[in-house]
Amino acid sequence: MILVLMIGILLLGGIACWLVAQRSAMAARYVALIAVIMAFVIPLGWFIQNKPAITGANKWLVQYQANWIPAFGISFHLAMDGLSFLLIQLTFLLGVLAVLCSWNEIRERSGFYFFNLLWTLAGIAGVFVAMDLFLFYFFWEVMLVPMYFLIAIWGDFNRRYAAYKFFIFTQTGGLLMLLAILALYFIHGQQTGNYTFDYFALLNTTLGGATGRWIMLGFLIAFVIKLPMVPLHNWLPDAHSEAPTAGSLILAGLLLKTGAYGILRFVLPLFPQASAAIAWWAMLLGVVGIVYGALLAFAQTDLKRLIAYTSVSHMGFVLLGAFAFNEIALQGVVMQLLTHGVSTGALFVMAGMLKERLHTRDINQMGGLWTAMPQMGGLALVFVMASLGLPLLGNFIAEFLILMGSFPVNPVLTVIASVGLVLAALYSLRIAQKVFMGQLQVVSERPADLSAREWIIMACLTAAIICLGLYPQPVFDLVKGAFFVTGYQLPVAGVSN
Amino acid sequence: MVLAMAAVVVILLIAFRASHTVIQVTGFVMMCGVVLAMWFVRDTLPREIPPLLVVDGMAALFTGLIIFSVLVVGLLSYIYFEEREENPKEYYILLFLATLGSAILTISRHFVSFFIGLELLSVSLYALIAYLRNRNNAVEAGVKYLVLAALSSAFLLFGMALIYMETGSMEFTAIAKALDAGGASVLFIMGLGLIVVAIGFKLALVPFHLWAADVYQGAPAPVTAFIATVSKIGVFAVLVRFALAIHLQQNTLAVTIFTVIAIACMIVGNVLALMQQNVKRLLAYSSIAHFGYLLVAFLSGNAGVGAGVFYLLAYSITLLAAFGIITLLSTRRRDADELSGYRGLFWRSPLMAAIFTVALFSLAGIPLTAGFPAKFFILTAGVQQHMWLLAVVLVLTSVMGLFYYLRIISTLFAAPPITPLKERTLHPFFYFATTASLVVLMVLLGYLGVYPSFIVENVREFLLIH
Repeated sequence: MILVLMIGILLLGGIACWLVAQRSAMAARYVALIAVIMAFVIPLGWFIQNKPAITGANKWLVQYQANWIPAFGISFHLAMDGLSFLLIQLTFLLGVLAVLCSWNEIRERSGFYFFNLLWTLAGIAGVFVAMDLFLFYFFWEVMLVPMYFLIAIWGDFNRRYAAYKFFIFTQTGGLLMLLAILALYFIHGQQTGNYTFDYFALLNTTLGGATGRWIMLGFLIAFVIKLPMVPLHNWLPDAHSEAPTAGSLILAGLLLKTGAYGILRFVLPLFPQASAAIAWWAMLLGVVGIVYGALLAFAQTDLKRLIAYTSVSHMGFVLLGAFAFNEIALQGVVMQLLTHGVSTGALFVMAGMLKERLHTRDINQMGGLWTAMPQMGGLALVFVMASLGLPLLGNFIAEFLILMGSFPVNPVLTVIASVGLVLAALYSLRIAQKVFMGQLQVVSERPADLSAREWIIMACLTAAIICLGLYPQPVFDLVKGAFFVTGYQLPVAGVSN
Repeated sequence: MVLAMAAVVVILLIAFRASHTVIQVTGFVMMCGVVLAMWFVRDTLPREIPPLLVVDGMAALFTGLIIFSVLVVGLLSYIYFEEREENPKEYYILLFLATLGSAILTISRHFVSFFIGLELLSVSLYALIAYLRNRNNAVEAGVKYLVLAALSSAFLLFGMALIYMETGSMEFTAIAKALDAGGASVLFIMGLGLIVVAIGFKLALVPFHLWAADVYQGAPAPVTAFIATVSKIGVFAVLVRFALAIHLQQNTLAVTIFTVIAIACMIVGNVLALMQQNVKRLLAYSSIAHFGYLLVAFLSGNAGVGAGVFYLLAYSITLLAAFGIITLLSTRRRDADELSGYRGLFWRSPLMAAIFTVALFSLAGIPLTAGFPAKFFILTAGVQQHMWLLAVVLVLTSVMGLFYYLRIISTLFAAPPITPLKERTLHPFFYFATTASLVVLMVLLGYLGVYPSFIVENVREFLLIH
């Protein structure tokens, strides 16, 4: 029930924001803030109160099921395990920060803005807990439409182009996924006589070689577009750089994670053989993403585009780890999802703050800002270091585990992927150097340092990334069950070629 | 029910001397009466009126859909024609005659009633399209429709004659029997082909779609809504009945032809719509594409009828909402059909823009709107029958469709130009009523999008009545 409550609060909160904003924009901000904080606190409070033990047998923390369209075997089935719980907490943490960082940035039509923001968050949360494939697709789309509006209305100069591209790319993937879901539905129905979209029932479907591969590809394409994997990453730099700050934060921190979540939750358990068959290619493309993203990031002059390409690079690790099929790598993948959400989110917030002050995203026009804003410079350095994988910070753990897990599976690719870490150091340090070091370029007015509101945002993120880096064990405990008990066995040594 | 139908028209024929408002209200009440009557006679279904007509569950569904659409179209017409200060009395007669024609199509099971219905529909439409005589576009559109429709009627008659020659009967079931006994001869196939041409013309299927854009653009907005919904529903209904009777879906040649037509519709419709600057033309091309989708349901035979009905319902509500907006925004001199006129509508009148946005999302098949389950059911029907090619084309062309719907939507939300002066609304009550009904349509779209099972169940129940 708490899952319904959590999503319901966001949806209602969104409508309330829209209505309230006609009276005062300030009230809409507070309504949005309160709604997201409530959504954040409810599952967290529930978790602390019940301290559910995650054992092998009972990995689902909470479930909710109701009939929706019984004629087609569609039910409103939500469930949460350790993986979902972590990602939901990440969603709402970043959600709170997204509301805070659009506090002053959004000056016009703020009611409609917060409506879209909250509905996107509701869609993302829904994606993480939906256990009915129809419902999953439904939420998948619900998060898409408001995001489109966020980019198309409040974005930067080139916003319409970016919003189109974003929408059409993801929608293509989504529709292919829908087709695959339907195919799975009918194959399962023909095998068992029970036509249903329920995740747990569909897990028992046996799929033959070619059919299984096609259906798996339908899912996989949708997810790797979101992730994004290299040949399909085209939409990402545009969408990230044109979106308003909160939009970039949500895109980088959360939307990309839905793709990875989809691979972990659906592609691997539903199609173990088919995914083992393409594992080599997936890992290869992951590595290509790591190197290519890093190289492109190094070449950018637009700060937000630069950060966007680092996402491509980091998500390559996710693909590499997910298809390595062993627990260490998968633990690393989950860790990477969390830490990338926090660290890249922080960098985007920082870019937004800089843009608010300097009215540019061009790093050639920045420089020497440390003297003007030492506080921001110091914090920026933390996240730059996180991004390049410095030990003590979360990203290190994640990337280390992924590399460790995939080395026995495919040493060559892993070695190439490790080179990506060197490139990461290159582009990360370039951010710090170009923006904060050197001569102060802005002469006319000294930009102000962080305000109290911005301090809160950055402090939350910094605390999160350091905690994840110093004591990641709770995360591992939580997701431990997630990979093994769903009724699927990890294909051992299924990786050939 | 047939009687109820006829009664409406007769009473309106008498009423045409009264004022506009009276006609409007009477028409409204009558239509509500028909809907109620349908509800009560449901238990007595099916009823046959041999040899021409049969009223079964499917007919009732399609007729209900038609009546519902006409209700809305009637409401839209009032405000549209009142502002144009032309004499609208004949308009209503024509409108209801066309409705009658369409309703006859849904219940016909004989070539004679098929042809009567179709002619009744087309002849009224000639006049309706060109109703605003002083507009060049309208007259051009009317003449275009007249010439092409007359031609297609000739095709239809010739096709019927050929089939009659081969099978010796004009009744659908008898034709099917003769067909089972003797198999399909060349002449029969030819006759079938000619009928398909005529039907394809009426439904604006590719390659018989050339009239669609011009007629949509030239006709008054409510009439366009009428063509897009009522007339197409009627023709589609008779097509389904005919096809089910003679088991068209088991004939490989016919299936191939319809598959090619469906794919052509989806591709051509969506491609032509991509760059349109005129909203009415854009909707015309998009409706071509939508009938391509609908053919996917049609091709899956019995299983697809339910999906088809649901799709038509969602599609009608959506289009009516969209054309309602166009009607309300139209000024006295011209229809609001230029895309540039919609710039920043959301910031000028949020309600209108919200309705329009929901309608467009529904056309694009985005969840939370009726278009999503509708497209989903069609895909389900297609996948179930293993029509992978059609399903994949449907998916890919939907993405294309998304592009132009998004183009309109982003125009709606773009920064507004200098606000033009608001015209004084002439009829506050009807203006209000129309807006309210559009809001109801929007809510319906949302309701169907989130909770379609109620309608799905009912459609199923109705379809079981043979």
